[in-house]
Amino acid sequence: MNKQKLILVGNGMAGVRTLEELLKLEPEMYEITVFGAEPHPNYNRIMLSPVLAGEKTVDDIVLNSREWYAEHGITLHTGDPVVAIDRKARQVKTASGLSADYDRLLLATGSNPFIIPVSGHDLDGVIGFRDIRDVELMLESARKYKKAVVIGGGLLGLEAANGLKKNGMDVIVVHLMDILMERQLDKPAANLLKASLEESGLEFLMQAQTEAIIGEQRVTGVRFKDGSEIPADLVVMAVGIRPNMELAKEAGLHCERGIVVNDTLQTFDPRVYAVGECVQHRNNCYGLVAPLFDQAKVCANHLAQLGFGRYEGSVTSTKLKVTGIDLFSAGEFNEAEGDETLVLQDPAQGVYKKLVIRDNRIKGAVMYGDTMDGTWYFQLLREGTDISSFRNTILFGQHDLGDAGHGEETRVVKLSDDAEICGCNGVCKGDIVKAITTKGLFTLDEVRAHTKASASCGSCTGMVEALLASTVGEGYAAAPSKKALCSCTERSHDEVRRAIREEGLKSMRGVFDTLGWKTPDGCTSCRPALNYYLLAAWPGEYEDDAQSRFINERAHGNIQKDGTYSVVPRMFGGLCTANDLRAIADVSDKYQVPEMKVTGGQRIDLFGVKKEDLPAMWKDLSAAGFVSGHAYGKALRTVKTCAGKNWCRFGTQDSTGLGVQLEELTWGSWMPHKFKLAVSGCPRNCAEATIKDLGVVCVDSGYELHVGGNGGIKVRITDLLCKVASEAEVLEYTGAFVQLYREEGHYLERTAPWVERVSLGYVKQRIVDDAAGRMELYERFKYSQQFAQVDPWRERAEGAEAHEFTPLSIDRLRAVS
Amino acid sequence: MTDWIAIAKLDEIPKLGARKLKTEQVEIAVFRTGNDEVFALRDRCPHRGGPLSQGIVHGHTVSCPLHNWKIDLHNGQVQGPDEGCVHTYGVKVEEGVVYLSLASVESAA
Repeated sequence: MNKQKLILVGNGMAGVRTLEELLKLEPEMYEITVFGAEPHPNYNRIMLSPVLAGEKTVDDIVLNSREWYAEHGITLHTGDPVVAIDRKARQVKTASGLSADYDRLLLATGSNPFIIPVSGHDLDGVIGFRDIRDVELMLESARKYKKAVVIGGGLLGLEAANGLKKNGMDVIVVHLMDILMERQLDKPAANLLKASLEESGLEFLMQAQTEAIIGEQRVTGVRFKDGSEIPADLVVMAVGIRPNMELAKEAGLHCERGIVVNDTLQTFDPRVYAVGECVQHRNNCYGLVAPLFDQAKVCANHLAQLGFGRYEGSVTSTKLKVTGIDLFSAGEFNEAEGDETLVLQDPAQGVYKKLVIRDNRIKGAVMYGDTMDGTWYFQLLREGTDISSFRNTILFGQHDLGDAGHGEETRVVKLSDDAEICGCNGVCKGDIVKAITTKGLFTLDEVRAHTKASASCGSCTGMVEALLASTVGEGYAAAPSKKALCSCTERSHDEVRRAIREEGLKSMRGVFDTLGWKTPDGCTSCRPALNYYLLAAWPGEYEDDAQSRFINERAHGNIQKDGTYSVVPRMFGGLCTANDLRAIADVSDKYQVPEMKVTGGQRIDLFGVKKEDLPAMWKDLSAAGFVSGHAYGKALRTVKTCAGKNWCRFGTQDSTGLGVQLEELTWGSWMPHKFKLAVSGCPRNCAEATIKDLGVVCVDSGYELHVGGNGGIKVRITDLLCKVASEAEVLEYTGAFVQLYREEGHYLERTAPWVERVSLGYVKQRIVDDAAGRMELYERFKYSQQFAQVDPWRERAEGAEAHEFTPLSIDRLRAVS
Repeated sequence: MTDWIAIAKLDEIPKLGARKLKTEQVEIAVFRTGNDEVFALRDRCPHRGGPLSQGIVHGHTVSCPLHNWKIDLHNGQVQGPDEGCVHTYGVKVEEGVVYLSLASVESAA
């Protein structure tokens, strides 16, 4: 079969990124040819400023070497721009006279710097700031000349000015408006920026309108509307960019301010796609990198004929790549009528933060001096998170950014190279930065794969992301607004769950086939997730797939580093009798348990049990009345209790009795992640109920229900859900909460991040306000518990899954042969 | 001299799963993939010695249960960016019976 022909016009970031995404999906589908006007392979255009500033070299910023194109069988023509498209013949022609046929055409022609058409704009020494050639011209000028004028006080202009200054030129920035970077900054932030740039030696002419560039052959000066003149040996025009759409226009494609595309990045000719700075989508043209990557993903999805991706526009954020200046802006940072603003201003420290709030949601952010929380605010903005529960502290930042108790050390950018970032795997800052720069890493996943940093417990993820952002520029760091479940699919957790429900998918194979999984049988990320989703969606119908469970859940014990297992019998509410303890003691003698320990959840853990011994040991424990404690599962773990009013002189309610009832209600249920409960008999809270997934704090007048807490990596204190009057209500609300989490939490998402994602307000509305809905959730939970409360230990003690626990042996093998 | 020795019926190894085989010299993990191919590797991850027979099998790969290293069942190579190699043993399936090459076990010992 002949492959279809795909031609990419424009060898820049957006186009090549689309090819990369496409190769991930369908490496063999197309015969690909790339035409680029520049003589270079694909390089990172947003890093031109650091190249100009001498902080990086051109080689540092090459993204795809010529070898990459060869490796993927892509024909690359550099320095040969496409000059015409014949859509009828489906053919492109280049400046050098080449022609090539296409089945699909991808336009990624980028943009051109806008050159103000004043007289003298075509003199030598008047340039834009767009590509490697411009940078080379600037560096050459810096060697020969002294006086530079940058027209335009926006992002690009300031980066150019900074770079020229670094190369020893005297630089004057000319700006039409009265504030710098007016597209990104409000006045207070812009003034701080101006002051600190002036301190570094830049000069500014504000509200200055250029009338003419003066000079004979080469530029000698700039004249303004008011008649004044300044001398100049080099003029950099950085007043904006214009989508480069000439080629598309001449080919008869519909263009307005850019090449108009739909949500699937197709132009008015469906065989012709366009991505990047050259396009206009829903009336927006983007000049930043993050949206281009979103577009690339969707476009690749369609080129691969998967057809379910939609690009719905991007909210963008900006950082200035000028060393020593921290600045961040996103969204609608100038408040409209009716908006509220939260402002933190500390002139002595040069810190300014402003958030624009509408209906308790962040609409925009401007930060100067301290931008550490920029990515956090940006995430809240994009996800439309209700901030009401933490708005009184939001300006102080996300204190626990990626860690617990590191405090100031989260200012990761300022750390020395030998500072340990990942405590699990012993990875230092220097290792991470080196891997990012030498191996060309862009994403968190890549950094995890190559350095192991953040690959274990994940508590340093925030710091690793910050390093990624500061090392490669903000575009790569921005997490995609929609995360795929794993690399086997493009679909998100929610989309997969919805499909399972709505399309009645009741088997793993059904999910793979219906949703077009890219791998024959999934991976270690999606299989356990799908097994849980199917189990939660179809209680009593779906047959659990043992091979899709992690070993702990398959063997019903926790695997230890030496390959032995640990065994934790369930003790409801932490209560036990002398006979229980004797039985546990006998079992540990009989199976020579090397170590016993009381767990954090008030249970007894028997370590070092050989896998082959597990079923026999469980048989003995079953006989003594124990069931599995599920200490190994993404499941209901334990209900921790305090002494309560039966004994404690402060106790207000029967916390142990209630704990037993709660554990009897909930044991055996599978969850998106582990789930812990606690009941404290009074507000002294000895059972530490306020760091549990659900904690009950008894008070004299009833029971407070607290949700969404956990100890662990990031300690999170619960939020108060509500207060109820009776034990029966505690059970009902708990059952409903557990079921809501089971139905809507993402696999491996604990209740703490889940509550933050969906907002406490939403949980309250479902559990507290909607009484009928709560009852339905509770009923669904009880229904699924019918099938879940079967003791897996007893089943296996009686012979189920025997192959799991019995090794093959060489003796047996001799007997067979 | 017959080199091949029967060790199990194919049905005794779960699809997308493994069985541990204990020999005097070494523990071997015998894997069965989704399309019923069978592979035998030393049951020991080159990273921290995790028992590979307890891992999740997907495609032609097993992920170690301890730290999720991924090992190619065909050749025992650890998949990038981690590095390492696991010893593989000769194995074949005939008429629903899995045979192990004794020579490959003895030569490795």
